[in-house]
Amino acid sequence: MNIDSITNGIVIDHISAGRGMRLYELLELDKLDCSVAIIKNVVSKKLGKKDIIKIDADISLNMDVIGYVDPGVTVNIIRNGSLEEKRRIDKPAILRNVIKCRNPRCITSTEQELDHIFKLTDAQKDIYRCVYCEAKATDREG
Amino acid sequence: MRSLIDIGDFTVDEINELIATANDIIAHPQAYSEKCKGKKLASLFFEPSTRTRLSFEAAMLELGGSVIGFSEAASSSAAKGESVADTARTVSCYADIIAMRHPKEGAPYVASLNATIPVINAGDGGHNHPTQTLADLLTIYREKGGFENLTVGFCGDLKFGRTVHSLINALSRYSGIKVVLISPDELKLPSYVKKDVLAKNGIPYEQTGDLEGAMPTLDILYMTRVQRERFFNEEDYLRLKDSYILDMKKLKTAKPDLSIMHPLPRVNEISTEVDSDPRACYFKQVLYGKYMRMALILKLLSEAGRL
Repeated sequence: MNIDSITNGIVIDHISAGRGMRLYELLELDKLDCSVAIIKNVVSKKLGKKDIIKIDADISLNMDVIGYVDPGVTVNIIRNGSLEEKRRIDKPAILRNVIKCRNPRCITSTEQELDHIFKLTDAQKDIYRCVYCEAKATDREG
Repeated sequence: MRSLIDIGDFTVDEINELIATANDIIAHPQAYSEKCKGKKLASLFFEPSTRTRLSFEAAMLELGGSVIGFSEAASSSAAKGESVADTARTVSCYADIIAMRHPKEGAPYVASLNATIPVINAGDGGHNHPTQTLADLLTIYREKGGFENLTVGFCGDLKFGRTVHSLINALSRYSGIKVVLISPDELKLPSYVKKDVLAKNGIPYEQTGDLEGAMPTLDILYMTRVQRERFFNEEDYLRLKDSYILDMKKLKTAKPDLSIMHPLPRVNEISTEVDSDPRACYFKQVLYGKYMRMALILKLLSEAGRL
């Protein structure tokens, strides 16, 4: 399968197979006018299988979203046809308005103006908890 | 601004300091009777409560301060749709400290982010109730002289009981504690509490369904209510409910210096015949709750530079 190479844009590489669509949704890439390609289940030496997202525009991405959905992903910034920057994205300590608390008893369920904030409480087990009610974040997989 | 939202907000040293202040208040109540003269506690109770609200209000009055507030959401601006943040900002202009109970989890935390005075969480839904834990800790201290080398039995609903989780959390920071978890299978302590609190802090524990069997080993017995609505079928409830009702017969094999605690309200899980036994501590626990709230109000007001 061929996807045209990018002159100016972003390649999100080494996405765990199956998480590409979730990343696409949370990064709100559907709202972009430029070409965006999600390539699923690409053979990878490192991961066995991986997803890749190519964005044909030099936009700013919320790296916290990427680090939350799939820490370890590589973001490549392409300018004038060559790789200008390569960043490995780690999990963020705080997530602000990336995901919503789904606990119906949480204060955020009734007070709409509150930011939805999650804190990384266990880096080893990858557990984020709502700072208000401490409910575990459950929607990484979408 | 220092607030108390979760019992984990305070270090062991700070809790010990509160216990020392509470003990001093008990010994010399007169010395504290004007400590908060001219200060106001805003008692913001968005849902009904008997013990906690009256305890906070009595605590402030005994410190010589006064109390303003409301005892249900219907009589506050929340009924008009005011946010917790705005309520906290507004009340900061009238009072020196806030005690807040709210049905939504995290509401007192939101208040603490927006208030310019200390906020005490007086219970947020099924989430946290740190001043109950402070009351429990003072009770254990007064009854046993400390926290070291105690076998503490928790009996009843260990799955949903926030007071149980919070006390286990607080006790796990002391050394030599052993925990016995007594409950029906349906209401066992959640595995994350066992893993993240007990196992993580190296606290030995055993689980059993047999209250009478565990009785002889216990120094403290913390009772909670087994509620009918927690069971999937009525038969299981009827079969099990009496096993977790404490009466004099079940106390036969208990240590003579056992301390029986309960966060209250009690329905029928402790038979009233136990009330006159010297080992029953649950009404003393209520009294100690008031002294701990007095100590807490003093600490937070003093840290805020308002005393």
